[in-house]
Amino acid sequence: MKILVCISNVPDTTSKINFIDENSAFDNQGITYIINPNDEFGLTRAIWLQQKEGAIITVATVGEASCEAILRKCLAIGADQAIRIDTTPKDGYHVATQLAAYAEKESFDLIITGRESIDYNGGMVGGMLATFLKIPYLANCIHFEKEDETIHLQREIDGGKEILKGNLPLVIGAQKGLVEEKDLIIPNMRGIMQARQKPLDVLAPVEARQSSLIKSYEKPPAKGPVKLVDANNIDQLIDLLQNEANAL
Amino acid sequence: MSILVYIETQESEIKKSSLEVASYGRAIADAKGTSLIAVCFGLQDTSLLSQYGVDKVFNISTANDIHFNAERYSNTLVQIATKETADFIIVSSSANGRFLGPITAAKYEATYFSNVIGLPLSYEPVEVKRSCFTNKAFNHSISKNNKIVLSLSSNSFGVYEKPSEAIQTSIEHVESSSTLEVISIEKSTDKVSIADADIVVSGGRGLKGPENWYLIENLASVLGAATACSKPVSDLGWRPHSEHVGQTGKPVASNLYIAVGVSGAIQHLAGINSSKIKVVINNDPEAPFFKAADYGIVGDAFEVIPELTSKLKALKEA
Ligand SMILES: Cc1cc2nc3c(=O)[nH]c(=O)nc-3n(C[C@H](O)[C@H](O)[C@H](O)COP(=O)(O)OP(=O)(O)OC[C@H]3O[C@@H](n4cnc5c(N)ncnc54)[C@H](O)[C@@H]3O)c2cc1C
Ligand SMILES: Nc1ncnc2c1ncn2[C@@H]1O[C@H](COP(=O)(O)O)[C@@H](O)[C@H]1O
Repeated sequence: MKILVCISNVPDTTSKINFIDENSAFDNQGITYIINPNDEFGLTRAIWLQQKEGAIITVATVGEASCEAILRKCLAIGADQAIRIDTTPKDGYHVATQLAAYAEKESFDLIITGRESIDYNGGMVGGMLATFLKIPYLANCIHFEKEDETIHLQREIDGGKEILKGNLPLVIGAQKGLVEEKDLIIPNMRGIMQARQKPLDVLAPVEARQSSLIKSYEKPPAKGPVKLVDANNIDQLIDLLQNEANAL
Repeated sequence: MSILVYIETQESEIKKSSLEVASYGRAIADAKGTSLIAVCFGLQDTSLLSQYGVDKVFNISTANDIHFNAERYSNTLVQIATKETADFIIVSSSANGRFLGPITAAKYEATYFSNVIGLPLSYEPVEVKRSCFTNKAFNHSISKNNKIVLSLSSNSFGVYEKPSEAIQTSIEHVESSSTLEVISIEKSTDKVSIADADIVVSGGRGLKGPENWYLIENLASVLGAATACSKPVSDLGWRPHSEHVGQTGKPVASNLYIAVGVSGAIQHLAGINSSKIKVVINNDPEAPFFKAADYGIVGDAFEVIPELTSKLKALKEA
């Protein structure tokens, strides 16, 4: 089985988000980059498949050389090889086009993306990639089990889950549930050493347009101070919620 | 030209987020001087759509295929959008809406914008405000294309009635070539889901253990609210993952968010930031949540919540 896991390089979840150049660009200063959490759940699931029935796992990112650190981390976690498509990601459409051009040549059995990236939050690359490749996509995937040729799947929906079956090839949008937080693999020394020997290839991008561009960013307006209510005066809280906030 | 909205149903009722999408579509149609078309699948009674400004309804018979099917639904949307030369296809931010969005956009060769807040800021070119960095910021995005698919962030526009006369139209059932097949649906709760709720009551590690969740459930039940939790609470197995909210869980954009025994870590706040009114109940006055909340009580959840619940109950019954 050939598996592709698409990896997005995102600011650590504790990052303070600031902008520069008159709010036209993200301020990288002091930011640590991590594997997008949803992608890490997906990578872990891929490694279980690799352990259970043997699989070759390729991780791919569309990005600049600075993304190589997280690709090395993916290799240390257990991926077999890494690909970096050497271009600045412009939007989800542009990224999906790049990934599709690469995946088309490799005929992967399973492609895993994250449900969404925590920086752009497009929730779009997986669905677009699948559509470009003309294979089915399953968003919000919380269960993936292979039994002979049948794939048993679950999708989280509002207020419950959907139970499905299907066949490969497939693209899935990974999230927590596919594996649990405690299952995430922390690379050990051996993994880190091995990762240095594993291939990390840089590919030239294909000609691709972008469908949108970001003109500017803004931060939510600063919050006024909290109105504190005494614990012995719950009636006041109810009154405020009812009459001031209009929220009940 | 036309504006197309995808109307989602749940147990043969139109979801509230779809009424918001219809209201929103109407406003765009008015701004552009064009008509509003609703597309729904297997809806028994479409008359409600005439109260929300819909000019034309395509109600697609679902034959034996009763489940949501992204392949078939997106093909149908694209087929109708092409015929009606739609320049906007609008979906809600529900799980199904956000599943359909990018697939439909790729097929329709349109620009896709998710998490859109409110009406477009301009139409030529189309510029929208959308949330990013899991609600820690917004961006203003410009489309390079005049066909747009967008998913509207819940509660960012509102539901507005506007009477119209909706013409009924039918089209053939479009086949799906997808190898994916839905076998069944399992509901996790009979209550309202986090995505659809006006009010969400959320519990953190401060509640000490799953046996104390009756506090959260009783309060939620009085308010008709959904229940939610912090990440460690779901990782510890106290509550199902589907209740985990925050940067790595579900986003919450409710009108009222009540957090009980939740410290207010940056990742938690990021996910619930778009809720309109935030209330915190925590016994530590230094808990970071107090900086993000509108109202707060410094106190013991085990004393405050039962009293709050019984007082609200009395109020609702009055
Ligand atoms: C990569 C990453 C992603 C993350 N994503 C998320 C996410 O999406 N969502 C999320 O929630 N967290 C997330 N976290 C975890 C986050 O950093 C916090 O650890 C978590 O939110 C804390 O949960 P909590 O508030 O329930 O628990 P705690 O931080 O332990 O807080 C418990 C609170 O309860 C209060 N308390 C105790 N007893 C009482 C009482 N009797 N009455 C009232 N109050 C009481 C305490 O004062 C305290 O403030 C993430 C962390 C990482 C590293
Ligand atoms: N630059 C990128 N390179 C590789 N994969 C990406 C990139 N950006 C996004 N993805 C993948 O697409 C998923 C969804 O991203 P998004 O559409 O930005 O929310 C991510 O979780 C990744 O798996």
